[in-house]
Amino acid sequence: MTNHWVDIKNADLVFVMGGNPAEAHPCGFKWVIEAKKTRKAKLVVVDPRFNRTASVADYYAPIRAGTDIAFLGGVIHYLLANDKLHHDYVKAYTNASFLVDPAFKFEDGIFSGYSEEKRSYGKDTWKYQLGEDGFAKVDDTLQDPQCVFQLMKAHYARYTPDVVSKITGTPKDAFLKVCEYIADTAAPNKTMTNLYALGWTEHSVGSQNIRCMAIIQLLLGNMGMAGGGINALRGHANVQGITDFALYAQNLPGYMGAPGDADKDLATYLEKRTPKALRPGQMNFPQNFPKWFVSLQKAWWGDAATKETDFAYAYLPKLAGASDTLSIFNAMFEGKINGFFCQGFNPLASVPNKRKVGDALAKLKYLVIMDPLATDTSEFWKPHGEFNEVDPGKIQTEVFRLPTSLFAENAGTFTNSGRVVQWRWKAAEAPGDSKDDTEILAALFLRLKDMYAKDGGAFPDPILKLTWAYTQPAKPSPEELLREINGKALADVLDPKDPTKVLAKAGEQLGTFAHLRDDGTTTCGNWIYCGVWSQAGNNSARRDNSDPSGLGQTLNWGFAWPVNRRILYNRASADLAGKPWDPKRTVLKWAGDKWVGNDVPDMRPDAKPEENVMPFIMNPEGVGRLFSRELMAEGPFPEHYEPFETPLDANPLHPKNPKATSNPAARVYKGDMEAFGKAKDFPYVATTYRLTEHFHYWTKQSLINAIMQPEQFVEIGEELAKEKGIVAGDKVKVRSNRGFIRAVAVVTKRIKALEVDGRKVHTVGIPIHFGFKGATKPGFLTNTLTPFVGDANVQTPEYKAFLVNIEKA
Amino acid sequence: MNVTRRQFFRVCAAGLGGSSIAMMGFSPTAALAEVRAFKLARATETRNTCPYCSVSCGVLIYTTGDKSKNAHGSIIHIEGDPDNPVNRGTLCPKGAGLKDMIHSANRLKWPEVREAGTAEWKRISWSDAFDRIAKHMKADRDANFMAQNADGVTVNRWTSTGYLASSAAQNEVGYLTVKTLRALGITSLDTQARI
Repeated sequence: MTNHWVDIKNADLVFVMGGNPAEAHPCGFKWVIEAKKTRKAKLVVVDPRFNRTASVADYYAPIRAGTDIAFLGGVIHYLLANDKLHHDYVKAYTNASFLVDPAFKFEDGIFSGYSEEKRSYGKDTWKYQLGEDGFAKVDDTLQDPQCVFQLMKAHYARYTPDVVSKITGTPKDAFLKVCEYIADTAAPNKTMTNLYALGWTEHSVGSQNIRCMAIIQLLLGNMGMAGGGINALRGHANVQGITDFALYAQNLPGYMGAPGDADKDLATYLEKRTPKALRPGQMNFPQNFPKWFVSLQKAWWGDAATKETDFAYAYLPKLAGASDTLSIFNAMFEGKINGFFCQGFNPLASVPNKRKVGDALAKLKYLVIMDPLATDTSEFWKPHGEFNEVDPGKIQTEVFRLPTSLFAENAGTFTNSGRVVQWRWKAAEAPGDSKDDTEILAALFLRLKDMYAKDGGAFPDPILKLTWAYTQPAKPSPEELLREINGKALADVLDPKDPTKVLAKAGEQLGTFAHLRDDGTTTCGNWIYCGVWSQAGNNSARRDNSDPSGLGQTLNWGFAWPVNRRILYNRASADLAGKPWDPKRTVLKWAGDKWVGNDVPDMRPDAKPEENVMPFIMNPEGVGRLFSRELMAEGPFPEHYEPFETPLDANPLHPKNPKATSNPAARVYKGDMEAFGKAKDFPYVATTYRLTEHFHYWTKQSLINAIMQPEQFVEIGEELAKEKGIVAGDKVKVRSNRGFIRAVAVVTKRIKALEVDGRKVHTVGIPIHFGFKGATKPGFLTNTLTPFVGDANVQTPEYKAFLVNIEKA
Repeated sequence: MNVTRRQFFRVCAAGLGGSSIAMMGFSPTAALAEVRAFKLARATETRNTCPYCSVSCGVLIYTTGDKSKNAHGSIIHIEGDPDNPVNRGTLCPKGAGLKDMIHSANRLKWPEVREAGTAEWKRISWSDAFDRIAKHMKADRDANFMAQNADGVTVNRWTSTGYLASSAAQNEVGYLTVKTLRALGITSLDTQARI
């Protein structure tokens, strides 16, 4: 979230698309109701199902699953065509005026530089025109045909209301009504907040769905405002924190790009990740990258990380290429992985194409499960009737199942989706012989370290020299770890402007990442968390809920990254002169000599307005991007592509170009393309969703939740039910090209057939949550059905739009 | 008139409600207070966070006992934390069932192994489990560690053992995990956050 949960109450319009917070995030959704009650805010919902969020909305519009870009591209077109823009904001705070390379093209659904063979783009033309001074050229009048504003206008001119309706199935009047609601917030003192979740991310074009909303919010001037922003609701309680700590291959903690094969030495690596400002006078905050990186290496390898050793750069593994859940399981399927750990993760249930995942696990030599509960994955080798048909005698995987404590039985911090880091305290011991995850990691690591010290082996140095200064080496405490994450000064940190001034004394916990150094005199385990445990102590444990501004900022409750800032880009909540766009919701203002207000300024505190330091300080441009340069896989402007399993014969925007039917830059593995179903065999659009009584595949283990929602079902509309002779309560079989599930049919008015491109399209809703282990009635894993393909940028699987057939079982 | 606790129960069992007895001036002394004491009043309250969605609702967990060193408390009740600025004391149908998650019949209690090709779990000690897993890891790492790629660039990676990390684990666990795995050279690493 750029904003936070309580801030939703400050919105004038709550736009929910790609999420269903009333059911999936009920206690956060109360702030939507609060906005409706106290500000007379409107709630608008767009979703394939008339869900419970829709049931309390002021307006609801249906949409075919997988066509969000067509809808949102249509909104962009509407705003541009009807001049519903926040003009001053667009001119000053976005890259609308930037000039783009004349060789940049978009033809018949494909951007310049495409290689069909590689299914990817060469992005040489996706860039700005640079002047001799190295800065991007701009046209402040926004009239140059090569400026971002004009290119964007031309790109979305095709997304007329008729075209939108033809692709999405949303009736034209409903689409236009939603546009009117959104366009109202172009007024400088009106804001729209956008709430989304997996309904936007779980598509082969997931990242571009969100890019569309970024463009819309910039055109409306809603970024940085109280009650504005782009707000990912997110899943697990610490999904934000675990992302921040980069428990994935592409990054290091704090979103620092991990080194790959092309980064042959430290200098090359740092140079590539330390951008130069693209406009004069901008903060270009990532220019500090070397300070963050060197401080991390010092935290991990201490005295072994020195200038002479390139700060132990060689100790970091270099990434070979793709490394994500889908690619890892594909490699496992091909027999290239021997050992595997599942920590609190149930991939047999939660990764698409269960058969492929089960076959992959069966090729492992050893599998280690660390979990408080007996998961489906831990018994992938065990027959569970038709829900898991396997022969254990043929599966040679050695499986270890290690019991761990759960949230109530250990201490530490969770970071909510509003980036607020909150300490929690231990309430009881875990049952039996369970251990904390940290003890298990320490036990394995210390054993390996002993073996490498005694017997040697492949490159022991990074193991032997890893810092491990915990009071009990076998039991690192959460307090010690959070202090290490925060970082400290190894030598006195001096003020560069006045070297007689000491900012932090040697040995002290650091208060801010502004004090990190690239010379090896500071440590920091995650630069964006610096300040969470300063000299003042554990700031995540603060529990002062006072709210003097009334905006719900509660600056003394926990600690928000970065530097306790609650609303990102908050400099953009004021005009160029520093006057708030809406004085009634002042987040920040210029007070003559510094920025003050109800948040930690997202700006150099003494940057005078006339210095023209723009609000988007993490971008080398200083402004928000309507055109995303070379940063996205499938193009600088989002374009509608059909899901990989589409009920249509072609992309209605590019009917004659089969290359542009589905995302041309999405990665598809051998065998998976063949496993996609066709509309003639699987005529119905399927979309998976969650129930308010259940949480992923977890609460099926909890008795009370199992009582509330005991059994797998699928949801279909009355019209489809009638066509197929299915009545509520019937057992039905739902098939995709990858397998089938059997479940109870629920027939509702909530899913309606839509008119799409001249034909009728029915949707089948399939809840996840059920499986063969747990207190719920044993059932099929929903991901038996889903396709093994992901978003082109981040490889989040396309769970939300695929094809099935349905019949009475 | 004095009534002992046992007598009081007997009177109640005879069909009279406790409150009406009190109204009649038939009030038992100190012992009655013990009968009426709520379990919660003797429980320890701990501030924690719901582990389900990312609203991260504050919860109050009630554990029997006073957390003294030799006492093993049991969690008997969980409710929303009314001081938490986000959930203000509320919990949803998922969070309201947290106690049953903690006490789920499917909680694992000791390390187990399923040997290759067999059809059942076998209980093992932690020490055996750690020894066997660490040996597997070292053998696989030593056999498949890549120090340099085909172009002679130092890459120091180990791709043949992978790790899926929980996004229900706390930051401190995540940090120790990533620190340890990177030191081992593991790059086949991902988290629930992606899917």
